[in-house]
Amino acid sequence: MAEESILTDDFLRELINVGEVDILIGVPTYNDAETVGQVLQALRAGLLQYFPRLRAVIINADGGSKDATQDLVRAASISDLQHGSDLRALRTLHCISTQYPGGASKGTALHTILAAADLLRATGCAIISADSANFQPEWVESLLRPVCHDNFDLVTPVYRRHKFDGLLVRNLLYPMTRAIYSRRIREPYPAEFAFSGRLAGYFLGQDIWSQDVGRAGAEFYLTISTIAGGFRLAQSFLGTRPHSERAAPDLVPAMRMTAGVLFWSMEQNFSAWSASMDSQPVPTIGPEHEISLEPLRVSRKRLHQMFVRGVAELAPVLKSILSAQTLSELEQAAAVREEEFCYSNESWVRTVYEFAAAYHKTVISRDHIVQALVPLYRGRAHTFLVENRDASADEVESNIETLCLTFERMKPNLLGMWDGGK
Amino acid sequence: MWDTIVGELIQATRDTWHSVLHFLPRLMGMLVVVLLGWLLAYILKSILRSILRLARFDRLSEHWGATELLNKAALPSSSELLSRFVFWIAWLGFILVGVRALEIVGLQEPIAKFFGFLPRLFAALFVFFFGLLAASFFSRAALLAAVNADLPSPRLVSSVIRTLIIIFALSVGFEELGLGEHTVLVAFAIVFGALMLGLALAFGLGGRDLARQYLERRFVRGHKEEKEDELSPL
Repeated sequence: MAEESILTDDFLRELINVGEVDILIGVPTYNDAETVGQVLQALRAGLLQYFPRLRAVIINADGGSKDATQDLVRAASISDLQHGSDLRALRTLHCISTQYPGGASKGTALHTILAAADLLRATGCAIISADSANFQPEWVESLLRPVCHDNFDLVTPVYRRHKFDGLLVRNLLYPMTRAIYSRRIREPYPAEFAFSGRLAGYFLGQDIWSQDVGRAGAEFYLTISTIAGGFRLAQSFLGTRPHSERAAPDLVPAMRMTAGVLFWSMEQNFSAWSASMDSQPVPTIGPEHEISLEPLRVSRKRLHQMFVRGVAELAPVLKSILSAQTLSELEQAAAVREEEFCYSNESWVRTVYEFAAAYHKTVISRDHIVQALVPLYRGRAHTFLVENRDASADEVESNIETLCLTFERMKPNLLGMWDGGK
Repeated sequence: MWDTIVGELIQATRDTWHSVLHFLPRLMGMLVVVLLGWLLAYILKSILRSILRLARFDRLSEHWGATELLNKAALPSSSELLSRFVFWIAWLGFILVGVRALEIVGLQEPIAKFFGFLPRLFAALFVFFFGLLAASFFSRAALLAAVNADLPSPRLVSSVIRTLIIIFALSVGFEELGLGEHTVLVAFAIVFGALMLGLALAFGLGGRDLARQYLERRFVRGHKEEKEDELSPL
């Protein structure tokens, strides 16, 4: 059994004591003492209010926190909450915590939670980020109801985001996933999501857990596997994206978890993505997108400087990845002043597709290919910020849609490069 | 007198003829060994080339950056190069076995020495090849890390790493070959020492302002962070 290798004896004992459940909610943590209590309270309130008749368990998978995260989880017993609330569970509601081996890794935490879900035969599962400061009880229903009542296999969130939030998602992850896998999923790399027990069992059996993708980026690969495996997918609007208390992740690891996983997945699922061309909408509960426009001071100058420097310094590396035409375009773009700088949609899409093909052909070390994309992404982020500086929500959405359509239109170019020349 | 001279000449001719008659079969034997060796080496080369292609050795070589090095030196692909190398080594071995069959006294010892030298030659070539690969891989890794961390002079950092690894591989390789062991070791020590001293001086004298700025940014409270960090990529 897959779970034997990941579940410790003590944790297994606790799971056996819990017995079969209907709903399992996983909360991966690592030094989240400041927010985990609040998230757990919201989760319990959501379960009691919206799923009082179902057997539920909250599982905290901790990566070895140095603060009191695990103690807080253990201390916050269900009865405390029930005494302090008008709500009562009609069935059992457990909360257990475990520390998985190997150090903090979101992928290993997901693996642990999936193994537990498989063992407890949960029909509906959810993963909730422990650093979501504004997590609401209603989100439990928004994510789990489509799984428990409408037989969807994966429910990803739709957030209200600031127009400059999630630049990597808007410029690469969403448009490219949509073009490659032909499904319009707004948040293909979700922090909060729900899935069926059927999908949990399927994904648990994937041969990824000993690989890089199994340690970082597994949530994104779950979305891709859901599409490639023909499972039912939906989106659910939650509200304003939870503000993380942590600093934004560095770009290089973020690029590995996103572009790296996407490029890798394309090799695994070639037959699934090469046949389909036009993207299809995904059933969505609530609005498909919402953009907020509060003023925000952003330093574009540094993005431009790092792009220019990256193109100049990485020329020998880029030469082995990109075609002569694309490299020449980048060099021309890097040569102009910041005020005139523009990294066009076509040029950006061609760049990304050539990176994907180079990754497939392993023209140099794959990790080096992914790292080389970082300075170029900064250039694209600069153009996005300039393009949408004074844009309204509709205009921002329209610009994103145009980029998505460019990705879709140029997909045959990628197929041509896949086993051909540059 | 005349009869003696004629007799000696006839004897010398007979001796020469006997020597030629003795030598001819050995020469024929050598030619057969060399031709057979060529054929076997060619078959070996073809088999090895097929195996390497099946194992996608060229892709592995690209992955490690060896193809880039070979292209720069206008050499054929890794699998072709390795197959040709094995062909020449195998054929050279057969040629030397053939030459040994000629039983020429002066050649026996050099041939024995050559066969004794072969394992060291292989080891040295192995060290050179993987040294070049490691130099290419780690210098590129350093270049990417330096560019993405916005460190100064990424190409200089990359070149220093490449040069150090190549010098190290050369010193180990030459030591294996038994060539100028001390010279290479001393040269490596001098280059490494000079480089470190140069870097220390460069950073100490040239980078004072940079170091001050870095320390201020890192430790002085109230410093205004770049706004870019507030944008989450995900």
